[in-house]
Parts: sequence; C-alpha cells; structure tokens
Amino acid sequence: MEFVLITLLNGLSYGLLLFMMSSGLTLIFSMMGVLNFAHASFYMLGAYLAYAISSQFGFWPALVFAPLLVGLAGMLVERYALRQVQKYGHISQLLFTFGLSYVMLELVQLTWGRVAVPYLIPAGLNGALFTLYSTDFPIYKAFMMAVALTMLGSIYLLLTYTRIGLIIQAALTHPDMVEALGHNVPRVFMLVFGGGCALAGLAGVVGGNAFVTEPGMAATVGSIIFVVIVVGGMGSLAGSFFASLLIGILVTYAVALDYSLASLLGKIGLIVTPSTPGFAVLNLTIASSAQILPYVLLILVLIFRPKGLMGKREG
Amino acid sequence: MKINTAQKVFSTVSLTAATLFGMSTAHAETIKIAYIDAVTGPFAPLIKNSTNTLQMYVERANKEHWAGDNTFELIVLDGKASPQESLQQLKIASDQGVRYIIHQVGSGVALALVDAINKFNDRNPGKEIVYFNGASIAPALTNSKCSFWHFRFDGNTDMKMDGITNTLAKDKNIKNVYIIGQNYAHGQEFSKAAKEMLAAKRPDIKIVGDDLHPIGTVKDFSPYIAKIKASGADTVLTGNWGQDLVLLVKAAKDAGLKTNFYTFYAYFDGTPTALGADAADRVKMVTNWTNNAETDAANTELIKTYKARYGQDFEFLSNEGIIGMLSKAIKQTKSTDTIKVAYALEGMKFNGLSGEIEMRKADHQIQEPMYIVTWTKVNGTTVKNDSEGTGYGWRTDLKIPLADSVQPTTCQMVRPAQ
Repeated sequence: MEFVLITLLNGLSYGLLLFMMSSGLTLIFSMMGVLNFAHASFYMLGAYLAYAISSQFGFWPALVFAPLLVGLAGMLVERYALRQVQKYGHISQLLFTFGLSYVMLELVQLTWGRVAVPYLIPAGLNGALFTLYSTDFPIYKAFMMAVALTMLGSIYLLLTYTRIGLIIQAALTHPDMVEALGHNVPRVFMLVFGGGCALAGLAGVVGGNAFVTEPGMAATVGSIIFVVIVVGGMGSLAGSFFASLLIGILVTYAVALDYSLASLLGKIGLIVTPSTPGFAVLNLTIASSAQILPYVLLILVLIFRPKGLMGKREG
Repeated sequence: MKINTAQKVFSTVSLTAATLFGMSTAHAETIKIAYIDAVTGPFAPLIKNSTNTLQMYVERANKEHWAGDNTFELIVLDGKASPQESLQQLKIASDQGVRYIIHQVGSGVALALVDAINKFNDRNPGKEIVYFNGASIAPALTNSKCSFWHFRFDGNTDMKMDGITNTLAKDKNIKNVYIIGQNYAHGQEFSKAAKEMLAAKRPDIKIVGDDLHPIGTVKDFSPYIAKIKASGADTVLTGNWGQDLVLLVKAAKDAGLKTNFYTFYAYFDGTPTALGADAADRVKMVTNWTNNAETDAANTELIKTYKARYGQDFEFLSNEGIIGMLSKAIKQTKSTDTIKVAYALEGMKFNGLSGEIEMRKADHQIQEPMYIVTWTKVNGTTVKNDSEGTGYGWRTDLKIPLADSVQPTTCQMVRPAQ
C-alpha cells in the first residue's frame, strides 16, 4: 500500500512538471501552428536564469522574475526572427526553432560553463511535508505540484474570462476576422509565444533545482514534451494535461514491474537461459525499459489514434 | 671551384662531429598524450577533476624530468561518454601522431577503444598506440578481452567486489541486500560479481532486488527508492558513480530511506555533498585512496596544494600511476617507442601515494592496496580531512595489502615481437 501511494504521488508530481513544460508548447502550436523545437531550451534558460537570480537575491525573486525574463526573450525571438521567417512557411519556422535550440545551448555553455551549476532547493522548502507509512514526501515536490496546478488554473481563467483570452481564442480559429475587427493579431501572437516560453521558463525555475541544472537538461526533456503533445493531441491543453499525467504515472510505476518476456514464458513452462537465441531481448524487464515507455506509447498512439487523446487538429 | 685543404679538413671534422652527436645523445622529444573522456555531459565535473589531475602530473613530470629529457604534452578530447564519439576522437588523435591514449570512465567506451586500438595496431605496424585505462573496471578488459596494448590502472570489479563483500559478510545484521546499477558493461558485471561473491560468502543473505537503470539519464530516483523500501532491504549495494550516485543518494535522503550503502564510488565529485551529515556511519566504500588513507608528507602536501589550486578534492589516484609509470618506462628504455615502453611497463613496480603498486605482467592489471572506508564525522584523529567542505570524511576501517587484493585471471595475452 505504501509503495502504491508513494509511487502515485511521485508519478503525479513528475506528470505535473511535464505538463508545465508542455503546456506552453501546446499553446504556441494551437495558436500559431509553429512547433517550437527550442521550447526545451527556454526551459533550460529559465533554470539558469533562476540560478543566476537566486544566487544574488534568493529563490522567491527568481520565481517571479526568471519566467518574465524568459517570456521577454521569447517575445523578442518571435517579433524579430520568427515573424520574418513566417512568410516562408511552417517548415522554415520549424527549422529556425531547431537551429535556435543549438544556438541557445551554446550561449548557455558560454555563459555558465559546461559543468552542472549548483542551483539548489531553498532552505525553507527542504525536508519532508508528511510521512506516509514510513516514506517521507518532500515539501518541494508538493510545491512543484502546487505551482503546476496554480498555473493551469490561471491559464484556464485567463483564456475563458479575460478580454485578451477571448481574443486569443478567437484568433485561434479566425485570425483574419479578428484582424478585420481591429485587433492587433501579430501582437497577440507575440504575446502568446512569449507566454508559452514564460511557462517553459517557470517549469525550469521549479524543475532545475529538483533535477540537475546542466547544459544537457534541454536534450533530456526535449523529446518527452513532444511525446506529451502528440499523445494528448496537438492543440489541446486538456489533452496535454491528461497525457502528461498518464506518462508521469506510467514511467514511475513501470520501475516497479520486474516482468519480462522471459518470466512470462517461464510461467507457461518455457525456460529461457542465456544460451537461448534472443535472450537479451527476452530478458528485458519492464523496469529497465521504463524510461522508453513514453516513446512506445507515442508509436502506439500514432498508429491507432493519430489525432491523440483529445486532439483538435490533425498534425 | 677549388676547395682547399683547410676547408676539406674543416668539413670532414664537422660532419663527423655532427654524426657522432646525432648518434650518442637521445632525442629530447615532446611526447603527445591524448586524454579522451566525457568532458561534456552529466559526468563533466568528474572529468574536470581528472583533467586537472593529469595536467598537474604532466607539469610535475616535465619540471622534475621524470621521463629524462623528454617532455609530455597533454591533449584533451571530448568523447562524450559515447563509444562512437570516443572512436572519432581516437581517429583524430592518431591522425595527429599521438601514440598514448588515456581514458577514465565508461567501460562501454573502454571496450570499444581496446577493440579499435587492437585493429589499428594490426594495420599500422610501427605506429602502435598504447591505451591507459584509469577507471573502467569491467573485468573482461583484463580477462577474456585482454590486450597487450591496454593497461588498467585501477582495481577491477572482481578485486573491489572481493574487498567490499568481505566487509559486508562480517556484518551479521545484514540480511537483505538490494543491488542497483547502471545498465551498461560495468553495472552488469557488478551485479554478476556481487551475486556470485555474496552467495559464496554469506549464502543466508537474500538478494531482494537487482535493478539496472539507464546511465546518466535518470534524474528522479524516487521510484527506485520506493521499490527498495517495498522490498524490505537493509543494505543497498551499488556500483553507481557520478551523477547517478548523487541523485540516488539525494532521493534516498528525500524519502527518508535509512539503509546501509555499500559503494565503489561515493567519493567522486558531488556525492559527499549529497551524503552530508544524514548518511553518517551508514555508507561504506572500497577504494584505492582517500584523503585520510595515508599521513606521510607526500600525501599531506598533495591534498593541501590540490585543493588550494583546483578547488576540488584530489580523487584520481590512477593518473599518478599512469604518468608516473609511463615516465619511468620511458626513462628506463631511453625510448618513446610504444612496444618498448609497453614491455617495460609489464611487471613494473612503482611507489605511489598509497604505497607500492605493481603492473601485473599476465594481464596488465595494476595490483594495488585497497581501503575499506566509512563515511563519518571529522574527529581530528582517525578522520582528519573532510570531503567537499561538509565536515564529514572517510575513516579507514581496513587497509587491504596488495597481496590480499590479488584476483586470478583468464587472460591469454598475445604479445608482439620485441
């Protein structure tokens, strides 16, 4: 029982972090049709900026200002670069963001070096929140979950109840009409791109000190967030929410499953030994392949339900 | 043109003198050494430490003429902990005429390098490359895959596992052991050796778990910690190193897991800080050196100056063996030819920071004393120096003399003509 509950909590916190990272990407894609390959790089930038700010001013100013700075960077990228490339089509924008990810990686390495930086959890958030049976659940994981849920709630309220949110929703499907009504649609796009990047930056601020802040962190999460938005459905925020929770829980529980094809065959009487052909594959347990399960899910979704769990647009 | 007698005499004398000079003095060469390792990536701080250590020893060797008139030049290449990348760097190095390669971490990379160097040496007689392995401890490299061109300067898995399981076996309170490792050559060999040796020494101990996780990619070990808790283990036995050990220890601390940890590499950068006060007296390690192991002048001076200069704790003892013994071999043979140097290294004894070590001729495995140490608070007597400024350090429980750490080998080495 202890194991099931603790693993559920761990899975949820990992899933919510994934959601924080991928929500921005979903918004940008549903708004502008641009698949931002540099999204994970903005996540990394958020973590490094938070490290820089927190070493001078503390964690809480970093929590506020680092996402704003990343959002500002995103807006500048959209206004002065992405918009110019837009006239050449979606593929060009995609290639541009792909190149941007490499440039951002090198800039980060030039500024902060190639070694991980000691961006640590603030002293006030260290320690256990509660003890379930005999396992402590860290305060910081609960904090990450709280930030993610607050963020989800705020985006939802923003999009449904504010004027700018209504304009964004309208520009999603009828950009020309919205422009004809006198709204500055390019500026809306710039704000959405900046907002999406700010969300990634916020994920970096809270995730960078729980996991390691190093130049490789963008590459590690980059592919997972694409899995999330494909499985959830391109363009659907709710879809990416459920997909990230699903992947978070799946990966976390999979670690506990020591079953392999070999053990399955063993149950029906076929003993597998090291000399059996294909032993290496048969002996692979679910636990040791836990980290690649999201990609297996991606392939299954693309084969059987390409529009994702709750997708609104075909890729 | 008439050449008079004086000119003839002069030219003969000078030509003879030049020839004699050329024959009698040895060339003072600059010997290039390439260090191929994971300079970027999750293990970068470790490799930075290793690079600093190598540069320090190369400087010292050049200043104090360890290799006679010859000097060393160190070239650092980024293998990114990937066999393909490291082989590319090997090609770059060999194209530059480098004949000595050093590499530390990653048995997967080591196996690829040994294979590539064997093939290169077969195809390029006269340009053979020698490979110094500082930390890849998969036993195969000095058993079934042993090579004349490979020299290992760190105790292999069997040697270390023997030492640590002897200590583990003595503790009658240990009943359930959980083995966790990185899913590559080292982690797999570690698990195999652990199960064999524990079954032989303490058949009553239950192995309640045996996990392999992808190397350098898992950032959140809490699912594994939950699994360890659920298994009822009282001891975790792991060969994890670098970031994989730091994050494992961090996750254990976060979840309040209070098992023993028996490790190989808990002294590498980052892990002492993660252990901290919380892990006092619960973590044991088998190693070839700590900063509390020996108290002679050479050790004391090194510990102080290394920390002052580089801001990191000295860890890579194998680099002392590599540069020290290579220099000695070059001085002895008065040559930089790799075959002669390799033959000189076989059976060579060397006095290092941990005492006398010997490069065994049969399999090119270094034979060295080892220490079983426990993580505990600095007390000024048994634990004088701390690690990474934590106030805690390694107390030597037992020094295993060289003779007791010897393990058998199945190596059938093929040697080239001398």
